[in-house]
Amino acid sequence: MLDTFFNVEIMKAAWPILLAGLGNTLLLSVTVVPLGLLGGLMLALLARLHSPWVRWPLMAWVDFFRAFPPLVLLILLYAGLPFIGIELGGFGCVAIAFFLNTGAYYGEILRAGIDSVPTGQTEAARSTGLSASQTMAWVVLPQAVRNVLPDLMSNTLEVVKLTALGSVVAMPELLFQARQAQSLTYNPTPIVVAALVYFALLWPLVRLLSRLENRALRAG
Amino acid sequence: MIEAIGLHKHFGALHVLKGVDLRVADRELVFVIGPSGSGKSTLLRCLNRLETPDAGSIVVDGIDLMHRRTDLNAARRRIGMVFQGFNLYPHMTALGNVTLALRKVAGKGRAEAEALGLAALERVGLRDRAGHTPGQLSGGQQQRVAIARAIALEPRVMLFDEPTSALDPELVGSVLAVMRELREDGMTMVVVSHEMGFARAAADRVVFMDHGQIVEQGPPAAIFEAPQEARTQAFIGQIQRH
Repeated sequence: MLDTFFNVEIMKAAWPILLAGLGNTLLLSVTVVPLGLLGGLMLALLARLHSPWVRWPLMAWVDFFRAFPPLVLLILLYAGLPFIGIELGGFGCVAIAFFLNTGAYYGEILRAGIDSVPTGQTEAARSTGLSASQTMAWVVLPQAVRNVLPDLMSNTLEVVKLTALGSVVAMPELLFQARQAQSLTYNPTPIVVAALVYFALLWPLVRLLSRLENRALRAG
Repeated sequence: MIEAIGLHKHFGALHVLKGVDLRVADRELVFVIGPSGSGKSTLLRCLNRLETPDAGSIVVDGIDLMHRRTDLNAARRRIGMVFQGFNLYPHMTALGNVTLALRKVAGKGRAEAEALGLAALERVGLRDRAGHTPGQLSGGQQQRVAIARAIALEPRVMLFDEPTSALDPELVGSVLAVMRELREDGMTMVVVSHEMGFARAAADRVVFMDHGQIVEQGPPAAIFEAPQEARTQAFIGQIQRH
């Protein structure tokens, strides 16, 4: 049993491979999360324009990418784009797929956050001469983010977990590397180690999230 | 100082302002009273273009607020506003509330903005609360910080929209005291409020509005003791019973 799942020799041998995978997972996360946040912020700000020419396409966009499974989107980009002469590679495809998918989710969260800030805040800021964009940057957004912080973190957690999808398009992230090591050693130990690494990576975030949620519950 | 002529405003089918003229002289304190829904707050909010009237002209301190090329942000620096609900920024300290526009609109550096901000807080008697967040202050203190936020920009006019309506009775006095000091310093003020005692003591003129129109106006004594119009009489009688 120990030899099958917790084989120390294999752990030692697989560790450098897994470490490289962890590096890529982290790199992917720090690329994809800011990208998704940026996309989400753009969507949330566009949603404030009242023109139907912006609203309807925006709603369709958000609905589409929330309904579209990210794995399917990823494979479509990876397998489909080369047919029209665009080769993005694994990393590029994951980045774009996640930008589209998680941007839509971050966008909805931020929009709810912005809506939760009372209009009196905007009126007070505008009455002192702040422009609309200054008001958004200094008065509305800081409060909006604070109001939806647990949701933003929860989504971020999902995004980091979803980076494992990169393994499907041969992106050498943690899961992909673990499976490589597994097939080389004919032993599931690397997968177990990868699982533990994911846990170690995400558990502090999960703890922090619960604390934030409990605090929000008490305050609310 | 303020010349608002022929203001009309609709909210959907509701005709909220029906041709209102309001002129306010330099250093004058004008009180606007009237039942809820009379359009008095809408009138006030037109004076810094938080609301845009459908028709009419508004000139404040020589600036035409209805001209499409007028820089409203620059104009609003000169028109301070205080709200019923204080509307302080909850994520900033009192000093942060007061210095935000000084830094971002007036373009002051941090040190100068903080010096000016502390001076403004001093004027409302809250310099020692500079580091407190709004949540740590009483309603009366919050409203005084809101006044400091407005006067820090050295406005030419101050607009007050029911500044004491959301306050517990024992906290009203501290806010009125600050307003009285502003008055003594010669600030031009338009106040929407039912604080009759304050109006009697400090106002130059009381304007009574009903159904989107100015029904009657005059010195406080005339409006409160001897109103001419039936609607004014009914309204004054009502608020005096409370």
